[in-house]
Amino acid sequence: MSKRIFSYTVLIIASIVSIFPFLWMIVSSTNKSVDVTKGRLLPGTHFIENLQNLLNTVDLIPALINSTKISIITTVLAMLIASLAGYGFEIFKSRTKDFLFNFLLLSMMIPFAALMVPLFRMFGTISQSVPIIGIDTKTAVILPTVTTAFLIFFFRQSTKMFPKEILEAGRIDGLTELGVFFRIYVPTMKTTYAAAAIITFMASWNSYLWPLVILQSPENQTIPLLISNLGSSYSPDFGMIMTAIVIATLPAALIFFIMQKHFVAGMMGSVK
Amino acid sequence: MITAKVNQNQALKTAKSGRKIRAKNTAIGWSFVTIASLMICLFYFYPMVQALILSFQSGTGANLTFTGLDNYARLLKDPTFLTTVKNTVIYLVIQVPIMIILALFLSVLLNNKTLKYKGLFRTAIFLPCVTSLVAYSVIFKYLFGQDGIINIMLMKLSLISEPIQWLTDPFWAKIAIIVAITWRWTGYNMIFYLSALQNVDESIYEAAKIDGASSIQQFFKITIPMLKPIILFTSITSTIGTLQLFDEVMNITKGGPGNATMTISQYIYNLSFKYTPDFGYAATVSYAIVIMIVIFSIIQFKVAGDKNE
Repeated sequence: MSKRIFSYTVLIIASIVSIFPFLWMIVSSTNKSVDVTKGRLLPGTHFIENLQNLLNTVDLIPALINSTKISIITTVLAMLIASLAGYGFEIFKSRTKDFLFNFLLLSMMIPFAALMVPLFRMFGTISQSVPIIGIDTKTAVILPTVTTAFLIFFFRQSTKMFPKEILEAGRIDGLTELGVFFRIYVPTMKTTYAAAAIITFMASWNSYLWPLVILQSPENQTIPLLISNLGSSYSPDFGMIMTAIVIATLPAALIFFIMQKHFVAGMMGSVK
Repeated sequence: MITAKVNQNQALKTAKSGRKIRAKNTAIGWSFVTIASLMICLFYFYPMVQALILSFQSGTGANLTFTGLDNYARLLKDPTFLTTVKNTVIYLVIQVPIMIILALFLSVLLNNKTLKYKGLFRTAIFLPCVTSLVAYSVIFKYLFGQDGIINIMLMKLSLISEPIQWLTDPFWAKIAIIVAITWRWTGYNMIFYLSALQNVDESIYEAAKIDGASSIQQFFKITIPMLKPIILFTSITSTIGTLQLFDEVMNITKGGPGNATMTISQYIYNLSFKYTPDFGYAATVSYAIVIMIVIFSIIQFKVAGDKNE
Protein backbone atom coordinates (compact mmCIF):
# COMPACT_ATOMS: atom_id res chain seq x y z
CA MET A 1 0.00 0.00 0.00
CA SER A 2 2.76 2.45 0.92
CA LYS A 3 4.40 1.63 -2.40
CA ARG A 4 1.22 2.68 -4.15
CA ILE A 5 1.05 5.99 -2.27
CA PHE A 6 4.69 6.57 -3.19
CA SER A 7 3.96 5.93 -6.89
CA TYR A 8 1.02 8.32 -6.92
CA THR A 9 2.94 11.03 -5.03
CA VAL A 10 5.88 10.89 -7.43
CA LEU A 11 3.64 10.86 -10.51
CA ILE A 12 1.50 13.73 -9.23
CA ILE A 13 4.58 15.85 -8.49
CA ALA A 14 6.03 15.03 -11.92
CA SER A 15 2.74 15.95 -13.57
CA ILE A 16 2.48 19.25 -11.70
CA VAL A 17 6.05 20.19 -12.57
CA SER A 18 5.37 19.31 -16.21
CA ILE A 19 2.14 21.28 -16.43
CA PHE A 20 3.05 24.30 -14.30
CA PRO A 21 4.96 26.31 -16.95
CA PHE A 22 1.97 25.84 -19.30
CA LEU A 23 -0.50 26.99 -16.69
CA TRP A 24 1.71 29.96 -15.89
CA MET A 25 1.93 30.82 -19.59
CA ILE A 26 -1.84 30.64 -20.10
CA VAL A 27 -2.66 32.50 -16.88
CA SER A 28 -0.06 35.18 -17.60
CA SER A 29 -1.49 35.77 -21.06
CA THR A 30 -4.69 36.91 -19.37
CA ASN A 31 -2.99 39.22 -16.89
CA LYS A 32 -1.35 42.64 -16.99
CA SER A 33 2.43 42.67 -17.00
CA VAL A 34 2.56 44.23 -13.50
CA ASP A 35 0.42 41.47 -12.05
CA VAL A 36 2.61 38.82 -13.68
CA THR A 37 5.71 40.23 -11.96
CA LYS A 38 3.82 40.23 -8.66
CA GLY A 39 3.40 36.48 -9.08
CA ARG A 40 -0.34 36.41 -9.78
CA LEU A 41 -1.44 32.84 -10.51
CA LEU A 42 -5.14 33.46 -11.10
CA PRO A 43 -6.62 34.01 -14.55
CA GLY A 44 -7.35 37.64 -15.36
CA THR A 45 -9.41 39.51 -17.93
CA HIS A 46 -6.71 41.18 -19.99
CA PHE A 47 -6.24 38.63 -22.77
CA ILE A 48 -7.89 40.77 -25.47
CA GLU A 49 -5.89 43.80 -24.34
CA ASN A 50 -2.65 41.78 -24.49
CA LEU A 51 -3.59 40.49 -27.93
CA GLN A 52 -4.26 44.02 -29.22
CA ASN A 53 -0.92 45.19 -27.81
CA LEU A 54 0.77 42.28 -29.50
CA LEU A 55 -0.84 42.98 -32.88
CA ASN A 56 0.15 46.65 -32.60
CA THR A 57 3.75 45.95 -31.57
CA VAL A 58 4.81 43.12 -33.88
CA ASP A 59 3.85 41.65 -37.26
CA LEU A 60 2.20 38.59 -35.78
CA ILE A 61 -0.09 37.73 -38.70
CA PRO A 62 2.64 37.86 -41.40
CA ALA A 63 4.87 35.72 -39.16
CA LEU A 64 2.08 33.19 -38.70
CA ILE A 65 1.53 33.09 -42.47
CA ASN A 66 5.27 32.66 -43.12
CA SER A 67 5.58 29.84 -40.60
CA THR A 68 2.47 28.10 -41.94
CA LYS A 69 3.66 28.30 -45.56
CA ILE A 70 7.15 27.05 -44.74
CA SER A 71 5.90 24.21 -42.53
CA ILE A 72 3.27 22.98 -45.00
CA ILE A 73 5.60 23.03 -48.02
CA THR A 74 8.36 21.35 -46.01
CA THR A 75 6.00 18.65 -44.79
CA VAL A 76 4.52 17.86 -48.22
CA LEU A 77 7.92 17.72 -49.93
CA ALA A 78 9.48 15.75 -47.09
CA MET A 79 6.71 13.12 -47.20
CA LEU A 80 7.12 12.66 -50.94
CA ILE A 81 10.91 12.51 -51.03
CA ALA A 82 11.41 10.39 -47.92
CA SER A 83 8.65 7.87 -48.60
CA LEU A 84 9.78 7.35 -52.20
CA ALA A 85 13.28 6.66 -50.89
CA GLY A 86 12.21 4.52 -47.92
CA TYR A 87 10.04 2.45 -50.28
CA GLY A 88 12.81 2.20 -52.87
CA PHE A 89 15.43 1.08 -50.36
CA GLU A 90 13.18 -1.66 -48.99
CA ILE A 91 11.27 -2.92 -52.06
CA PHE A 92 14.18 -2.76 -54.51
CA LYS A 93 16.72 -3.97 -51.99
CA SER A 94 20.26 -4.55 -53.23
CA ARG A 95 23.67 -4.62 -51.66
CA THR A 96 24.75 -1.32 -53.21
CA LYS A 97 21.54 0.35 -52.08
CA ASP A 98 21.97 -0.96 -48.54
CA PHE A 99 25.47 0.47 -48.52
CA LEU A 100 24.14 3.84 -49.73
CA PHE A 101 21.38 3.72 -47.12
CA ASN A 102 23.87 3.18 -44.30
CA PHE A 103 25.99 5.97 -45.67
CA LEU A 104 22.99 8.33 -45.68
CA LEU A 105 22.27 7.40 -42.06
CA LEU A 106 25.68 8.85 -41.13
CA SER A 107 24.21 12.29 -41.85
CA MET A 108 22.18 11.94 -38.65
CA MET A 109 25.43 12.33 -36.71
CA ILE A 110 26.27 15.64 -38.36
CA PRO A 111 25.48 18.55 -36.05
CA PHE A 112 23.60 21.40 -37.67
CA ALA A 113 26.07 23.88 -36.20
CA ALA A 114 28.70 22.38 -38.48
CA LEU A 115 26.48 22.77 -41.53
CA MET A 116 25.22 26.29 -41.07
CA VAL A 117 28.34 28.16 -42.16
CA PRO A 118 28.91 26.22 -45.42
CA LEU A 119 25.16 26.23 -46.13
CA PHE A 120 24.99 29.98 -45.57
CA ARG A 121 27.89 30.49 -47.98
CA MET A 122 26.32 28.11 -50.48
CA PHE A 123 23.07 30.09 -50.51
CA GLY A 124 25.12 33.28 -50.65
CA THR A 125 26.68 32.07 -53.89
CA ILE A 126 23.27 31.04 -55.25
CA SER A 127 21.90 34.49 -54.33
CA GLN A 128 24.25 36.15 -56.79
CA SER A 129 22.78 34.34 -59.79
CA VAL A 130 19.31 33.23 -58.66
CA PRO A 131 18.16 35.61 -55.91
CA ILE A 132 14.75 33.96 -55.53
CA ILE A 133 16.24 30.83 -53.96
CA GLY A 134 19.12 32.59 -52.19
CA ILE A 135 19.58 34.18 -48.78
CA ASP A 136 16.47 35.61 -47.11
CA THR A 137 13.97 33.45 -49.03
CA LYS A 138 11.55 30.74 -47.94
CA THR A 139 13.13 28.34 -50.44
CA ALA A 140 16.45 28.69 -48.65
CA VAL A 141 14.74 27.88 -45.35
CA ILE A 142 13.01 24.83 -46.79
CA LEU A 143 15.60 23.17 -49.09
CA PRO A 144 18.28 22.03 -46.60
CA THR A 145 15.79 20.74 -44.03
CA VAL A 146 13.37 18.93 -46.31
CA THR A 147 15.25 15.63 -46.61
CA THR A 148 16.38 13.89 -43.45
CA ALA A 149 17.94 10.47 -43.13
CA PHE A 150 15.70 9.95 -40.13
CA LEU A 151 12.52 10.14 -42.24
CA ILE A 152 13.93 7.83 -44.92
CA PHE A 153 14.85 5.38 -42.18
CA PHE A 154 11.39 5.77 -40.67
CA PHE A 155 9.63 4.98 -43.95
CA ARG A 156 11.92 2.06 -44.68
CA GLN A 157 11.24 0.56 -41.26
CA SER A 158 7.49 0.88 -41.80
CA THR A 159 7.74 -0.62 -45.29
CA LYS A 160 9.29 -3.79 -43.79
CA MET A 161 5.86 -4.72 -42.40
CA PHE A 162 4.11 -3.95 -45.71
CA PRO A 163 2.46 -6.98 -47.38
CA LYS A 164 4.47 -7.15 -50.62
CA GLU A 165 1.96 -9.47 -52.38
CA ILE A 166 -0.40 -6.51 -52.79
CA LEU A 167 2.28 -4.73 -54.80
CA GLU A 168 2.70 -7.80 -57.02
CA ALA A 169 -1.06 -7.89 -57.57
CA GLY A 170 -0.95 -4.27 -58.68
CA ARG A 171 1.86 -5.01 -61.15
CA ILE A 172 -0.09 -7.92 -62.62
CA ASP A 173 -3.06 -5.58 -63.02
CA GLY A 174 -0.82 -3.51 -65.25
CA LEU A 175 0.09 -0.62 -62.96
CA THR A 176 3.46 1.03 -63.54
CA GLU A 177 5.95 1.09 -60.64
CA LEU A 178 4.97 4.68 -59.83
CA GLY A 179 1.32 3.65 -60.14
CA VAL A 180 1.88 0.84 -57.63
CA PHE A 181 3.51 3.34 -55.27
CA PHE A 182 0.84 6.05 -55.48
CA ARG A 183 -2.27 3.89 -55.88
CA ILE A 184 -1.43 1.04 -53.49
CA TYR A 185 1.42 1.93 -51.15
CA VAL A 186 0.48 5.52 -50.25
CA PRO A 187 -3.18 4.80 -49.39
CA THR A 188 -2.32 1.77 -47.22
CA MET A 189 0.39 3.63 -45.32
CA LYS A 190 -1.84 6.48 -44.11
CA THR A 191 -0.89 6.04 -40.46
CA THR A 192 2.81 6.11 -41.22
CA TYR A 193 2.35 9.27 -43.27
CA ALA A 194 0.32 10.85 -40.46
CA ALA A 195 3.03 10.17 -37.89
CA ALA A 196 5.82 11.33 -40.18
CA ALA A 197 3.86 14.45 -41.15
CA ILE A 198 3.29 15.48 -37.53
CA ILE A 199 6.95 15.03 -36.65
CA THR A 200 8.05 17.02 -39.71
CA PHE A 201 5.46 19.77 -39.32
CA MET A 202 6.31 20.33 -35.65
CA ALA A 203 10.05 20.33 -36.34
CA SER A 204 9.60 22.86 -39.12
CA TRP A 205 7.14 25.04 -37.19
CA ASN A 206 9.55 25.19 -34.24
CA SER A 207 12.82 25.45 -36.13
CA TYR A 208 14.96 28.36 -35.00
CA LEU A 209 18.68 28.27 -35.80
CA TRP A 210 18.57 27.94 -39.59
CA PRO A 211 15.82 30.58 -40.12
CA LEU A 212 17.79 32.85 -37.75
CA VAL A 213 20.84 32.45 -39.96
CA ILE A 214 19.25 32.62 -43.39
CA LEU A 215 16.30 35.04 -42.96
CA GLN A 216 17.18 38.69 -42.60
CA SER A 217 14.31 41.01 -43.49
CA PRO A 218 11.59 41.48 -40.83
CA GLU A 219 8.79 40.66 -43.28
CA ASN A 220 10.18 37.13 -43.67
CA GLN A 221 10.24 36.49 -39.93
CA THR A 222 8.88 33.16 -38.66
CA ILE A 223 7.12 32.62 -35.33
CA PRO A 224 10.16 31.33 -33.36
CA LEU A 225 12.20 34.34 -34.53
CA LEU A 226 9.42 36.70 -33.48
CA ILE A 227 9.13 35.12 -30.04
CA SER A 228 12.87 35.11 -29.56
CA ASN A 229 12.96 38.84 -30.39
CA LEU A 230 10.10 39.56 -28.01
CA GLY A 231 11.81 37.55 -25.29
CA SER A 232 15.04 39.52 -25.54
CA SER A 233 13.40 42.95 -25.17
CA TYR A 234 14.76 45.08 -22.34
CA SER A 235 11.46 46.07 -20.75
CA PRO A 236 9.34 43.01 -21.45
CA ASP A 237 5.54 43.19 -21.39
CA PHE A 238 5.02 39.74 -19.84
CA GLY A 239 1.29 39.53 -20.56
CA MET A 240 1.84 40.35 -24.21
CA ILE A 241 4.79 37.97 -24.66
CA MET A 242 2.90 35.11 -23.04
CA THR A 243 -0.03 35.81 -25.36
CA ALA A 244 2.36 35.46 -28.30
CA ILE A 245 3.69 32.17 -26.93
CA VAL A 246 0.17 30.84 -26.34
CA ILE A 247 -0.71 31.60 -29.95
CA ALA A 248 2.50 29.97 -31.21
CA THR A 249 2.16 26.87 -29.03
CA LEU A 250 -1.56 26.14 -29.32
CA PRO A 251 -1.62 24.98 -32.97
CA ALA A 252 1.16 22.48 -32.33
CA ALA A 253 -0.45 21.39 -29.06
CA LEU A 254 -3.86 20.92 -30.70
CA ILE A 255 -2.43 18.93 -33.60
CA PHE A 256 -0.58 16.83 -31.05
CA PHE A 257 -3.67 16.08 -28.97
CA ILE A 258 -5.82 15.23 -31.98
CA MET A 259 -3.18 12.91 -33.40
CA GLN A 260 -1.50 11.78 -30.17
CA LYS A 261 -1.71 8.09 -31.05
CA HIS A 262 -0.05 8.60 -34.44
CA PHE A 263 2.63 10.73 -32.89
CA VAL A 264 3.62 8.19 -30.28
CA ALA A 265 3.30 5.36 -32.82
CA GLY A 266 5.60 7.36 -35.08
CA MET A 267 8.22 7.81 -32.40
CA MET A 268 8.11 4.10 -31.64
CA GLY A 269 8.16 3.08 -35.29
CA SER A 270 11.46 4.84 -35.63
CA VAL A 271 13.07 2.60 -33.03
CA LYS A 272 11.61 -0.84 -33.61
CA MET B 1 17.61 -30.80 -84.64
CA ILE B 2 15.62 -27.81 -85.77
CA THR B 3 13.36 -27.89 -82.73
CA ALA B 4 16.42 -28.04 -80.52
CA LYS B 5 17.77 -24.91 -82.14
CA VAL B 6 14.42 -23.12 -81.76
CA ASN B 7 14.37 -24.11 -78.11
CA GLN B 8 17.88 -22.86 -77.68
CA ASN B 9 16.96 -19.58 -79.33
CA GLN B 10 13.95 -19.23 -77.14
CA ALA B 11 15.96 -19.92 -74.03
CA LEU B 12 18.46 -17.29 -75.12
CA LYS B 13 15.64 -14.85 -75.75
CA THR B 14 14.08 -15.35 -72.31
CA ALA B 15 17.47 -15.04 -70.70
CA LYS B 16 18.02 -11.80 -72.57
CA SER B 17 14.61 -10.37 -71.74
CA GLY B 18 15.10 -11.55 -68.13
CA ARG B 19 18.29 -9.57 -67.99
CA LYS B 20 16.49 -6.63 -69.56
CA ILE B 21 13.72 -6.80 -66.96
CA ARG B 22 16.26 -7.03 -64.20
CA ALA B 23 18.17 -4.05 -65.60
CA LYS B 24 14.91 -2.14 -65.90
CA ASN B 25 14.00 -3.03 -62.31
CA THR B 26 17.39 -1.86 -61.08
CA ALA B 27 16.88 1.43 -62.90
CA ILE B 28 13.41 1.86 -61.40
CA GLY B 29 14.71 0.98 -57.93
CA TRP B 30 17.45 3.55 -58.20
CA SER B 31 15.08 6.23 -59.47
CA PHE B 32 13.05 5.89 -56.26
CA VAL B 33 16.03 6.66 -54.04
CA THR B 34 17.83 9.20 -56.21
CA ILE B 35 16.20 12.48 -55.18
CA ALA B 36 16.57 11.81 -51.46
CA SER B 37 20.16 10.61 -51.81
CA LEU B 38 21.16 13.63 -53.87
CA MET B 39 19.49 16.02 -51.42
CA ILE B 40 21.32 14.47 -48.46
CA CYS B 41 24.64 14.59 -50.29
CA LEU B 42 24.03 18.20 -51.34
CA PHE B 43 22.86 19.51 -47.97
CA TYR B 44 24.82 17.33 -45.53
CA PHE B 45 27.91 15.70 -47.00
CA TYR B 46 28.92 18.41 -49.45
CA PRO B 47 28.77 21.16 -46.78
CA MET B 48 30.79 18.94 -44.43
CA VAL B 49 33.53 18.72 -47.07
CA GLN B 50 33.25 22.49 -47.58
CA ALA B 51 33.56 23.01 -43.82
CA LEU B 52 36.68 20.86 -43.76
CA ILE B 53 38.27 22.95 -46.52
CA LEU B 54 37.13 26.14 -44.75
CA SER B 55 38.73 25.00 -41.52
CA PHE B 56 42.16 25.40 -43.14
CA GLN B 57 41.38 28.97 -44.19
CA SER B 58 41.20 32.23 -42.33
CA GLY B 59 40.11 35.83 -42.92
CA THR B 60 37.07 38.05 -42.54
CA GLY B 61 33.92 37.48 -44.58
CA ALA B 62 34.64 36.36 -48.14
CA ASN B 63 38.38 37.23 -48.02
CA LEU B 64 39.78 33.85 -47.10
CA THR B 65 43.34 32.61 -47.47
CA PHE B 66 44.77 29.19 -46.75
CA THR B 67 46.56 29.17 -43.43
CA GLY B 68 47.11 25.45 -42.96
CA LEU B 69 46.66 24.23 -39.42
CA ASP B 70 46.72 27.71 -37.84
CA ASN B 71 43.00 27.54 -36.96
CA TYR B 72 43.51 24.26 -35.14
CA ALA B 73 46.44 25.70 -33.19
CA ARG B 74 44.31 28.74 -32.32
CA LEU B 75 41.51 26.44 -31.16
CA LEU B 76 43.62 24.86 -28.44
CA LYS B 77 44.68 28.26 -27.07
CA ASP B 78 41.30 29.97 -27.41
CA PRO B 79 39.92 30.54 -23.88
CA THR B 80 36.36 31.16 -25.14
CA PHE B 81 36.38 27.88 -27.06
CA LEU B 82 37.70 25.98 -24.04
CA THR B 83 35.00 27.56 -21.87
CA THR B 84 32.27 26.57 -24.31
CA VAL B 85 33.60 22.99 -24.44
CA LYS B 86 33.66 22.89 -20.65
CA ASN B 87 30.09 24.23 -20.43
CA THR B 88 28.79 21.80 -23.03
CA VAL B 89 30.46 18.84 -21.31
CA ILE B 90 29.03 19.96 -17.95
CA TYR B 91 25.52 20.03 -19.44
CA LEU B 92 26.14 16.64 -20.97
CA VAL B 93 27.52 14.72 -18.00
CA ILE B 94 25.04 16.18 -15.53
CA GLN B 95 21.86 16.57 -17.53
CA VAL B 96 21.76 13.41 -19.68
CA PRO B 97 22.18 10.89 -16.81
CA ILE B 98 19.71 12.74 -14.56
CA MET B 99 17.14 12.86 -17.32
CA ILE B 100 17.56 9.21 -18.33
CA ILE B 101 17.32 7.95 -14.74
CA LEU B 102 14.27 10.14 -14.11
CA ALA B 103 12.61 8.97 -17.31
CA LEU B 104 13.34 5.31 -16.51
CA PHE B 105 12.01 5.73 -13.00
CA LEU B 106 8.78 7.39 -14.15
CA SER B 107 8.23 4.80 -16.88
CA VAL B 108 8.59 1.96 -14.37
CA LEU B 109 6.02 3.63 -12.10
CA LEU B 110 3.67 4.14 -15.04
CA ASN B 111 4.06 0.58 -16.25
CA ASN B 112 2.23 -0.70 -13.18
CA LYS B 113 -0.88 -2.54 -14.46
CA THR B 114 -3.03 -1.62 -11.47
CA LEU B 115 -2.24 2.09 -11.58
CA LYS B 116 -5.20 4.43 -12.15
CA TYR B 117 -5.22 7.58 -14.32
CA LYS B 118 -2.24 6.20 -16.23
CA GLY B 119 -3.16 8.01 -19.46
CA LEU B 120 -3.56 11.29 -17.61
CA PHE B 121 -0.13 11.08 -15.98
CA ARG B 122 1.48 10.02 -19.24
CA THR B 123 -0.02 12.89 -21.20
CA ALA B 124 0.89 15.42 -18.50
CA ILE B 125 4.52 14.31 -18.36
CA PHE B 126 4.78 14.17 -22.15
CA LEU B 127 3.19 17.62 -22.56
CA PRO B 128 6.48 19.62 -22.45
CA CYS B 129 7.56 17.99 -25.74
CA VAL B 130 4.81 19.84 -27.57
CA THR B 131 6.40 23.23 -26.95
CA SER B 132 8.89 24.74 -29.33
CA LEU B 133 12.41 25.14 -27.95
CA VAL B 134 12.24 28.90 -28.29
CA ALA B 135 8.83 29.19 -26.63
CA TYR B 136 9.73 27.13 -23.58
CA SER B 137 13.10 28.85 -23.28
CA VAL B 138 11.43 32.27 -23.09
CA ILE B 139 8.94 30.92 -20.53
CA PHE B 140 11.77 29.53 -18.39
CA LYS B 141 13.72 32.76 -18.70
CA TYR B 142 10.85 34.57 -17.01
CA LEU B 143 10.12 31.76 -14.53
CA PHE B 144 13.76 32.01 -13.39
CA GLY B 145 13.85 35.82 -13.43
CA GLN B 146 15.08 37.63 -10.34
CA ASP B 147 11.49 38.48 -9.37
CA GLY B 148 10.18 35.49 -11.32
CA ILE B 149 7.60 33.07 -10.00
CA ILE B 150 10.18 30.46 -8.91
CA ASN B 151 11.94 32.90 -6.60
CA ILE B 152 8.58 34.19 -5.34
CA MET B 153 7.42 30.67 -4.49
CA LEU B 154 10.72 29.60 -2.92
CA MET B 155 10.62 32.70 -0.72
CA LYS B 156 6.99 32.14 0.26
CA LEU B 157 7.91 28.60 1.27
CA SER B 158 10.80 30.14 3.25
CA LEU B 159 13.28 27.88 1.50
CA ILE B 160 15.42 30.89 0.65
CA SER B 161 15.66 34.28 2.32
CA GLU B 162 16.65 36.32 -0.70
CA PRO B 163 16.06 35.74 -4.43
CA ILE B 164 18.50 33.44 -6.22
CA GLN B 165 20.26 35.13 -9.14
CA TRP B 166 19.26 32.34 -11.50
CA LEU B 167 20.27 34.04 -14.70
CA THR B 168 23.10 36.32 -13.63
CA ASP B 169 25.14 33.98 -11.44
CA PRO B 170 27.47 31.66 -13.40
CA PHE B 171 26.62 28.65 -11.23
CA TRP B 172 22.84 29.11 -10.98
CA ALA B 173 22.54 30.01 -14.65
CA LYS B 174 23.92 26.57 -15.55
CA ILE B 175 21.47 24.97 -13.12
CA ALA B 176 18.59 26.90 -14.69
CA ILE B 177 19.55 25.63 -18.15
CA ILE B 178 19.90 22.04 -16.92
CA VAL B 179 16.48 22.23 -15.20
CA ALA B 180 14.92 23.65 -18.37
CA ILE B 181 16.33 20.95 -20.67
CA THR B 182 15.37 18.21 -18.24
CA TRP B 183 11.81 19.57 -18.10
CA ARG B 184 11.55 19.56 -21.88
CA TRP B 185 12.97 16.10 -22.67
CA THR B 186 12.24 13.73 -19.76
CA GLY B 187 8.73 12.89 -20.98
CA TYR B 188 10.03 12.31 -24.49
CA ASN B 189 12.50 9.69 -23.31
CA MET B 190 9.96 8.22 -20.92
CA ILE B 191 7.64 7.35 -23.83
CA PHE B 192 10.42 5.26 -25.42
CA TYR B 193 11.05 3.31 -22.20
CA LEU B 194 7.35 2.87 -21.57
CA SER B 195 6.75 1.22 -24.91
CA ALA B 196 9.84 -0.95 -24.49
CA LEU B 197 8.63 -2.00 -21.03
CA GLN B 198 5.32 -3.10 -22.48
CA ASN B 199 7.20 -5.64 -24.57
CA VAL B 200 8.95 -7.13 -21.53
CA ASP B 201 7.43 -10.44 -20.53
CA GLU B 202 5.48 -10.07 -17.28
CA SER B 203 6.47 -13.59 -16.15
CA ILE B 204 10.11 -12.58 -15.72
CA TYR B 205 9.08 -10.19 -12.96
CA GLU B 206 6.82 -12.81 -11.40
CA ALA B 207 9.65 -15.30 -11.33
CA ALA B 208 11.90 -12.68 -9.74
CA LYS B 209 9.26 -11.94 -7.11
CA ILE B 210 8.99 -15.61 -6.24
CA ASP B 211 12.77 -15.71 -5.88
CA GLY B 212 12.42 -12.85 -3.42
CA ALA B 213 13.87 -9.99 -5.48
CA SER B 214 13.02 -6.52 -4.15
CA SER B 215 11.65 -3.75 -6.39
CA ILE B 216 15.07 -2.14 -6.50
CA GLN B 217 16.75 -5.42 -7.44
CA GLN B 218 14.12 -6.00 -10.12
CA PHE B 219 14.82 -2.52 -11.49
CA PHE B 220 18.59 -3.00 -11.73
CA LYS B 221 18.68 -6.72 -12.57
CA ILE B 222 15.75 -6.97 -14.97
CA THR B 223 14.44 -3.62 -16.19
CA ILE B 224 17.75 -1.95 -17.02
CA PRO B 225 19.29 -4.97 -18.82
CA MET B 226 16.06 -5.55 -20.78
CA LEU B 227 15.90 -1.92 -21.87
CA LYS B 228 19.59 -1.62 -22.70
CA PRO B 229 19.22 -1.15 -26.47
CA ILE B 230 16.66 1.62 -26.04
CA ILE B 231 18.67 3.27 -23.25
CA LEU B 232 21.66 3.27 -25.58
CA PHE B 233 19.56 4.77 -28.37
CA THR B 234 18.13 7.54 -26.17
CA SER B 235 21.47 8.34 -24.56
CA ILE B 236 23.11 8.70 -27.96
CA THR B 237 20.33 10.94 -29.32
CA SER B 238 20.40 13.00 -26.09
CA THR B 239 24.17 13.30 -26.30
CA ILE B 240 24.05 14.48 -29.91
CA GLY B 241 21.26 16.90 -28.94
CA THR B 242 23.14 18.31 -25.96
CA LEU B 243 26.37 18.73 -27.90
CA GLN B 244 24.40 20.88 -30.36
CA LEU B 245 22.58 22.86 -27.67
CA PHE B 246 21.72 26.30 -28.99
CA ASP B 247 18.08 27.48 -28.79
CA GLU B 248 17.78 27.24 -25.00
CA VAL B 249 21.01 28.98 -24.09
CA MET B 250 20.47 31.65 -26.72
CA ASN B 251 17.02 32.47 -25.38
CA ILE B 252 17.44 31.94 -21.63
CA THR B 253 20.83 33.50 -20.87
CA LYS B 254 22.26 34.55 -24.27
CA GLY B 255 25.36 32.65 -23.13
CA GLY B 256 25.91 34.93 -20.15
CA PRO B 257 26.83 35.96 -17.56
CA GLY B 258 30.13 36.52 -19.39
CA ASN B 259 30.49 33.24 -21.27
CA ALA B 260 29.42 31.12 -18.32
CA THR B 261 26.62 29.27 -20.12
CA MET B 262 27.73 29.61 -23.74
CA THR B 263 27.74 26.38 -25.78
CA ILE B 264 29.93 25.40 -28.72
CA SER B 265 27.05 25.85 -31.20
CA GLN B 266 26.44 29.35 -29.94
CA TYR B 267 30.13 30.18 -30.24
CA ILE B 268 30.06 29.02 -33.87
CA TYR B 269 27.02 31.22 -34.45
CA ASN B 270 28.70 34.21 -32.82
CA LEU B 271 31.94 33.69 -34.77
CA SER B 272 30.06 33.58 -38.06
CA PHE B 273 27.18 35.99 -37.67
CA LYS B 274 27.63 38.16 -34.57
CA TYR B 275 31.30 39.15 -34.38
CA THR B 276 33.26 40.09 -37.52
CA PRO B 277 32.59 36.93 -39.52
CA ASP B 278 35.45 34.45 -39.47
CA PHE B 279 33.95 31.51 -41.38
CA GLY B 280 37.22 29.60 -41.47
CA TYR B 281 37.69 29.52 -37.73
CA ALA B 282 33.95 28.85 -37.19
CA ALA B 283 34.28 25.78 -39.42
CA THR B 284 37.25 24.61 -37.34
CA VAL B 285 35.20 24.93 -34.16
CA SER B 286 32.34 23.03 -35.80
CA TYR B 287 34.66 20.10 -36.48
CA ALA B 288 35.33 20.01 -32.75
CA ILE B 289 31.63 19.15 -32.21
CA VAL B 290 31.76 16.49 -34.91
CA ILE B 291 34.77 14.88 -33.24
CA MET B 292 33.09 15.04 -29.82
CA ILE B 293 29.94 13.39 -31.19
CA VAL B 294 31.99 10.58 -32.69
CA ILE B 295 33.99 10.08 -29.45
CA PHE B 296 30.94 10.08 -27.16
CA SER B 297 29.01 7.72 -29.45
CA ILE B 298 31.92 5.28 -29.52
CA ILE B 299 32.21 5.43 -25.72
CA GLN B 300 28.50 4.73 -25.32
CA PHE B 301 28.59 1.82 -27.75
CA LYS B 302 31.65 0.42 -25.93
CA VAL B 303 30.03 0.74 -22.51
CA ALA B 304 26.84 -0.93 -23.71
CA GLY B 305 28.73 -3.55 -25.71
CA ASP B 306 30.98 -4.66 -22.84
CA LYS B 307 28.04 -5.46 -20.62
CA ASN B 308 26.62 -7.60 -23.40
CA GLU B 309 29.55 -9.97 -23.28
